[in-house]
Amino acid sequence: MAEESGNGRGYLAERGWRSWAFTLDHKRVGAMYLWTTIFFFLVGGVFALLLRLELLSPQARYFSNHTYNVFFTLHGSMMIFLFIIPAIPSGLGNFFIPLHIGARDVAFPRLNIASYWVFAAGFLVIIGSLVAPMDTGWTFYTPYSAKSTSAVTTLSFGLFLIGMSSILTGLNFIVTIHKMRAPGMTWHRLPLFIWGMYATSIIQVIATPVIGVTFLLLVAERVFGVGFFDPSKGGDPVLFQHFFWFYSHPVVYVMILPAMGIISEVIPVFSRKPIFGYNAIAYSSLAIAFLGFLVWGHHMFTSGMSPLANAIFSFLTFFVAVPTAVKVFNWIATLYKGSITFESPMLYALTFIFLFIVGGLTGPFLGALATNVQLHDTYFVVAHFHYTMMGGTVMGFFAGLHYWFPKMTGKMLNEKVARAAWALIFVGFNVTFFTMFIVGVRGMPRRYAEYLPKYQVENVISTIGAAVLALGILVMCWNFLQGLRKGPPAPGNPWRALSLEWQTPSPPDTENFREIPVVTDWPYSYGKPEGPVA
Amino acid sequence: MDNALPFGAASGQAARVDAVFLMILVIGVFFFFLTQGILIYFAVKYRRRRPDRDNETPAITGSPLLEVLWILIPSIVVVVIFYYGWRVYTDQRIPVAGATEVYVNARQWLYEIKYPDGRTAINEIRVPAGKPVKFILSAADVLHGFYLPDFRVKMDMVPGRVTTLWVQPDRPGNYQIFCTVYCGTGHSNMLAQLIVMPPREYAEWVEQGGRGGGEGGVHEPLAVRGERIVKNAGCLNCHAVDGKEKIAPNFRGLYGSKAPLEGGKSVTADEEYLRESIVDPGAKVVKGYPNVMPTFKATLPKEDIDAVVAYLKTLK
Repeated sequence: MAEESGNGRGYLAERGWRSWAFTLDHKRVGAMYLWTTIFFFLVGGVFALLLRLELLSPQARYFSNHTYNVFFTLHGSMMIFLFIIPAIPSGLGNFFIPLHIGARDVAFPRLNIASYWVFAAGFLVIIGSLVAPMDTGWTFYTPYSAKSTSAVTTLSFGLFLIGMSSILTGLNFIVTIHKMRAPGMTWHRLPLFIWGMYATSIIQVIATPVIGVTFLLLVAERVFGVGFFDPSKGGDPVLFQHFFWFYSHPVVYVMILPAMGIISEVIPVFSRKPIFGYNAIAYSSLAIAFLGFLVWGHHMFTSGMSPLANAIFSFLTFFVAVPTAVKVFNWIATLYKGSITFESPMLYALTFIFLFIVGGLTGPFLGALATNVQLHDTYFVVAHFHYTMMGGTVMGFFAGLHYWFPKMTGKMLNEKVARAAWALIFVGFNVTFFTMFIVGVRGMPRRYAEYLPKYQVENVISTIGAAVLALGILVMCWNFLQGLRKGPPAPGNPWRALSLEWQTPSPPDTENFREIPVVTDWPYSYGKPEGPVA
Repeated sequence: MDNALPFGAASGQAARVDAVFLMILVIGVFFFFLTQGILIYFAVKYRRRRPDRDNETPAITGSPLLEVLWILIPSIVVVVIFYYGWRVYTDQRIPVAGATEVYVNARQWLYEIKYPDGRTAINEIRVPAGKPVKFILSAADVLHGFYLPDFRVKMDMVPGRVTTLWVQPDRPGNYQIFCTVYCGTGHSNMLAQLIVMPPREYAEWVEQGGRGGGEGGVHEPLAVRGERIVKNAGCLNCHAVDGKEKIAPNFRGLYGSKAPLEGGKSVTADEEYLRESIVDPGAKVVKGYPNVMPTFKATLPKEDIDAVVAYLKTLK
């Protein structure tokens, strides 16, 4: 084990902007993605706070209705396209896939940095679209998006580029995982994070072209007046929804599968136990990726689809719940008879499970047709997907950031501050979003700038929760910056983990491994007497 | 009407939806306490007590029996939930014979109502209690939604297509209608009412020509009647009376003011200008307010327009 680390600067040694802009090092590309996506996470969060501020009162008080609509559009599209889709795969995935499989880099390093710059071109175009900010919601539903005078065309082009970057990254990862594994790293010795990333990359490569084409059709509709979605020209507005959700439903698994991979890494390390049900967790990722392609229609139960199509989509939707539940059960079983400690990565991992269970158990209300027709497009849906996406993916992302911070930066975080931030985030999150279930059941529709006064109490509580949540995230970010600036040097393997990335110095050298390791065991052999001791 | 579950269901149909909701809730709460309980119990019970014994945790790597069980049990549970959700939904979708038909056409940002006998209204649907009602939904410009929270149903309104929805309103009362598909700036102001009347009152109201809805009466002052119409016809979705300007000129102070028009001319807002702007909104368009207003020529009779003008004159 490499214990000589802690003072070297590893892959960070080279300085100057060229060393970043033209880097071929997957770790630097990953780090650039992380900085970028966290920046957009904070910007998207500011928009969320502005929305919550406006919703303090039933009448428009601070912003006009149009401004509110622009804010929720920007909140949604930034969080989805510029944060939650790229953050874990392109950020942490780039950094850790080669380290996990014992490789020196991804299969195509030049393509990797090219994907980052395509991504950067995409977000620059998106920022450019702010001259006439879009107010269509992140879902771009036609005919409104075809008629809107805002910069829909520009934004579509930006998202097209983002999608292209996503496809390139996915391709790169698939080839890397197939071809670059160290000797002895069989498929069943892969860390579960890699299984999650593998399933994710497949979805990215298969589904993303569909949204790219959809954006092109939308642009053709707006610029050339082709009537794909315009009923007066023989088109169909609902067709757009099919195209849109054919990508955007599978993509929720692009968001959640890598986070589930992180949880599968963190739980065994901090329980000092082998992962329970490795095969079940690994193959359930593939099952989710597969089933995820068959359920897009559940976003459209009230769109006028035939009752038969609705019934089929509803039935299939319920079966996504099964592999997801299997993962949760296996994580919980891993804790059994462990020797559990509660450092910040573990706190976030347990929070993921806790919140994801709530998100998962509120899914059947929306999957069942009778209750979907009631709850669709109300705040119940908003609460449900924030529990899965923020309570799930974002908590998994935070777990990963805290878990790998020492490896990425060579510095340790202040654990006390990290726990304080966690407590604020946990309380703030639940106060903000649980109330949305209630106000949704009471009938409040989503995307309302103004609402009936009878919903005010819930909205005020939710806004207070959002303030606490924002404070927690600020404290967490402050802790990251403090850790970067003056955290104590990190040892090579502070958590005594067994996966390969921890066998390198912190931070790792540009080459990752001086010698490519030979793998003789899976990475979860905790609890063995000869294993690493504190 | 508050529709907090499980109370406040406005029809037998809605109560059946509530039953499905409650069933899922019971199952969900059970699994919530089961999984979270075990999660927290394990986390507390197996917390590290002796650092030197970290390496003595048992090497449990899985259990095929448990995997089969926790694939099988959730599969059965979700099929049961699917089945009941589907059954109740199917009954909702099959229209019953003899329903009162109401045509609803949505446009940014109001609902135009038409009854088969030719009566029209805006944002207000009146139906008799105890008889099924079938809504025949369409949209003129973009997608809209038609959501009756008290009846637990909604349907999208799609341009170029007709969708339907039916309910059986048993209890007289006023029920909220929301637009649930985002449709632009005025989306959250696109509200309407379903007014379920006792059958006899409904018959009387139809006999009187189906206007005014029994409110006011013959001696109602013109401006009061105008105010009521302005509220019901959706004018306030775009025109503000007080406070922040919406997407159209404010009503307060409008009468008698001089407004610049597109094309450089200007106009003094007198009675004739106000009347013309209601029946032909595109005739004189005030600068800075692109015309999105539909004509009210067919939906408001002359005396209602006079009442609206009279009301606008009072807003000094």
